[in-house]
Amino acid sequence: MEQIELTDAQKKARRSRSVALAIVLAGLAALFYVVTVIKIGPEIFSRPM
Amino acid sequence: MAITGESQTLSPELSPHLGIEIGEGTARDFFALLKPRVMSLVIFTAFVGLLLAPGEINPVIGFIAVLSIAVGAGASGALNMWYDADIDRVMSRTATRPIPSGRISASTTLAFGIVLSVFSVVVLGLVVNWLSAGLLAFTIFFYAVVYTMWLKRSTPHNIVIGGAAGAFPPIIGWACVTNSVAIEPIVLFAIIFLWTPPHFWALALFKCADYGRAGVPMLPNVAGERVTKNQIVVYSVLTAISGVVPAAMGMASLGYGLVAAALGIVFVWYAAQVWRMAEGDVKMIAAKKLFGYSLVYLFGIFTALAVDNLVGRVFGGGA
Repeated sequence: MEQIELTDAQKKARRSRSVALAIVLAGLAALFYVVTVIKIGPEIFSRPM
Repeated sequence: MAITGESQTLSPELSPHLGIEIGEGTARDFFALLKPRVMSLVIFTAFVGLLLAPGEINPVIGFIAVLSIAVGAGASGALNMWYDADIDRVMSRTATRPIPSGRISASTTLAFGIVLSVFSVVVLGLVVNWLSAGLLAFTIFFYAVVYTMWLKRSTPHNIVIGGAAGAFPPIIGWACVTNSVAIEPIVLFAIIFLWTPPHFWALALFKCADYGRAGVPMLPNVAGERVTKNQIVVYSVLTAISGVVPAAMGMASLGYGLVAAALGIVFVWYAAQVWRMAEGDVKMIAAKKLFGYSLVYLFGIFTALAVDNLVGRVFGGGA
């Protein structure tokens, strides 16, 4: 099976992209959570258990 | 196995035998695709449009509105870099951009631009309102298609008409709060629209050779320096006049009007220095100064509008 050996520059660039993507995704998840609470209002917390 | 049409120029970062693209583009390179300096202008003017609008908006919703507008503007910047990669390669100002320098492929940039465009418009529509989302979609289309693909290479008036794309953010910001468009944000649109030609023609004067090599028909290359200088003066006067209109029509105070008038007079003075520049001047110092000052002017005008509005809110005298 043919394999690719990444160069150091490619590994560094991939790590940089991965970290940035993780930060963006985490930020979006937090932001959408807050927006959901704002849009629905405090009622979101009072539901029958 | 060929992966993309750019494989010949991007061979160092591709692994053609496996059909996998392995770029050396870092997160910083992807951020550069968004034209962060242009984005800072968009963020600021959109924010001022949002601030000046009558009505209330939740701060988090307001933050998402400005973020979406910024990402949409960045996406159109990426689409511009994708389409203009050929001319970016031959211009000194743009040769180090991620595509010409081979750090990110053109196909990746295209996908990045499209995904961010759709994402920003959908988020703005779902979170804020669909009028502002529609205006953002139109702005992206106008910049990427009307300006980049059509006007830029076909007419010396490219940046006059294309300037509309950069002028839309305050209207979008206003629409985010009011779900409507009024005369006030159109005045803000007019200020940026009239400011764009002297700003870019000053740049075109001292980058004339660059644009000539790339075959972009900027005004100095097509009509010559004299015509460009005349046009710069005309548009600078119109910009200075438009700057005081918010005070004249009562959407800003007299204090703002005085600041705007002072900023406008300096703008016209810098334009006059360009007009007086000798034909064939290679240093183009006056043009470089006008280019730099034009940025100060726009940030100054919008900062003055924001401060004026906040002062009015605090002291209950306006907005």
